[in-house]
Amino acid sequence: MTSLESPAAPPQSSAIAIEKPGLLSRLVGRLRGHPFAAANLLLLPTMAWLVLFLMLPLLVILVYSFGSRGTYGDVVLGFSFANYVKAFSPLWLPTILRSFGFAALATILCLAMGYPLAYFIALHGGRKKSVYLILVMLPFWTSYLIRTYSWIVILRSQGVVNTVLQSLHIIDDPLNILNTPYSVILGLTYGFLPFMTLPLYASLERLDKSLIEASWDLGANRFWTLLKVTIPLSLPGIIAGTLLTFIPAVGDFVTPDLLGGPDTQMIGNVIQSQFLSARDWSYGSALSFSLMAILLVSIYLYVRRMGSEDLV
Amino acid sequence: MRRALSRKPRDQRTKAKGLRLFVAGVYGFLFAPIVVLVLFSFNDSKRNATWQGFTLRWYNELFHDGPVLDALFLTLKIAVLATILATIFGALGAYALTRYKFRGSGLYNGAIYVPLVIPEIVFAVALLSGFNAAGIIPSFKTIIIAHVAFMLSFVIVVVRSRMAGFDRTLEEAAMDLGANEIQTFVYVTLPFMMPGILAGSLLAFVLSFDDFVITFFNSGVGNTTLPLKVYSMVKFGVTPEINAISVFMLLVSSLLLLATYKLQGGPPTITVRAPGEE
Repeated sequence: MTSLESPAAPPQSSAIAIEKPGLLSRLVGRLRGHPFAAANLLLLPTMAWLVLFLMLPLLVILVYSFGSRGTYGDVVLGFSFANYVKAFSPLWLPTILRSFGFAALATILCLAMGYPLAYFIALHGGRKKSVYLILVMLPFWTSYLIRTYSWIVILRSQGVVNTVLQSLHIIDDPLNILNTPYSVILGLTYGFLPFMTLPLYASLERLDKSLIEASWDLGANRFWTLLKVTIPLSLPGIIAGTLLTFIPAVGDFVTPDLLGGPDTQMIGNVIQSQFLSARDWSYGSALSFSLMAILLVSIYLYVRRMGSEDLV
Repeated sequence: MRRALSRKPRDQRTKAKGLRLFVAGVYGFLFAPIVVLVLFSFNDSKRNATWQGFTLRWYNELFHDGPVLDALFLTLKIAVLATILATIFGALGAYALTRYKFRGSGLYNGAIYVPLVIPEIVFAVALLSGFNAAGIIPSFKTIIIAHVAFMLSFVIVVVRSRMAGFDRTLEEAAMDLGANEIQTFVYVTLPFMMPGILAGSLLAFVLSFDDFVITFFNSGVGNTTLPLKVYSMVKFGVTPEINAISVFMLLVSSLLLLATYKLQGGPPTITVRAPGEE
């Protein structure tokens, strides 16, 4: 605390500031008593960045989505809903539905694996709790691309699974697992399992364990305790985990791109191809906006539904 | 409930046997692919399917592969620069959000969660369109801008969770002892925030180092980062060298995670609150 000794003499620190009015101390002096101004100033770089490089760009794609494709792949501004009509036409609707279906399945699988995992770490972790937790976080911190790639090594026709099965003479010809809906759903589940587990863990960890014991003491068995006490109390974690899994899964394009085939295209693949190869940016923008809109509405409905449930 | 009195589970360890088995299976699922990658990166076979013996050949090739090394250095350069910017801005923002209660802070809080809840691909194409509309050609700079844009929220969330445990009376004590605002911040508040700031910056660094989607759309010509390089190699076919790069990248991320763990003195949990909570 040597640092605090230096201005020991004058009780009012502003005295120093008056003697040597540096730019920073003058600024701080001015902001004293104006928390609103001070907070805004500190938040200025962040907010400027988010407005310039997030909000405005989102506005740009909203504007683009009402335009159309020019002859050279440029965007001709206009005001037509043609792109949105196209997005929900019989030609493209299956892709949207497939994206939501795959993401929903992956989310359910993640919940089915993540909940027991989080429950175990939070309530039975013991002294090794942090080790268990680190092991879940490790995939969360590592490249999604590489984790997806690893499944190619495992699933492809000369991959690990087929080689093992063939050498054991269980199968003669390699199984086609890669480039099917199964491999895409598997990849999504694998990719987002940590996203599901971590919020679940956070909420199970905060849970008051004496409530579980109380439930036992009152005669409920493990099943009813889980159903009526533990799960309702960890509902915030379930909501957060589900959203954190579902949102990136719907919009994912790495997994269907690497592990999928032509008939497992998801909305992310279409957006990518509209922007990078077909060069119909306005249609790509309409798809992006539709994706966001559907997500926002479903999140709203989901949270309201889960939130309004009677939490015994 | 149906039965009048069911027995209270006496011993947690024996009771949780089924759960333990299931959890072991989940861990197996999480780590099997990583183990496979590590094994095959040392496998002396181009075909990558059966074990042919131990070799360091692929790592040797990797460290003599010019384009891969260029990609690595570019990735590191981007990650360092973007992390510095995002850490400074994010730490200031997190400080403001926890230190001051002011009108409109709810709006700011909402704005910070936007990058965390919109699909990454929408973020990516929006940025690309934004740059296009402003007449900016994607380049090294746009990658940095894009990375800072998505890292900021993560830094703020991490630093803010550290600040939540801050005892404000320490600041008051410093002021009472004669320190001015700047001195109080530099000698009292900042040291307390430091583990959070470092943890946030490490997470930001990893996010940048591993980022594929946003870079893929906003890199322009010739700015091939390591994930972009890996992607194009994977598209071309599975090779042992990709395994070696993968293991290298996994190693970098894991070391940074462990460093963060040490810094925070506990598991670096990132939780995004569900809307309605808090």
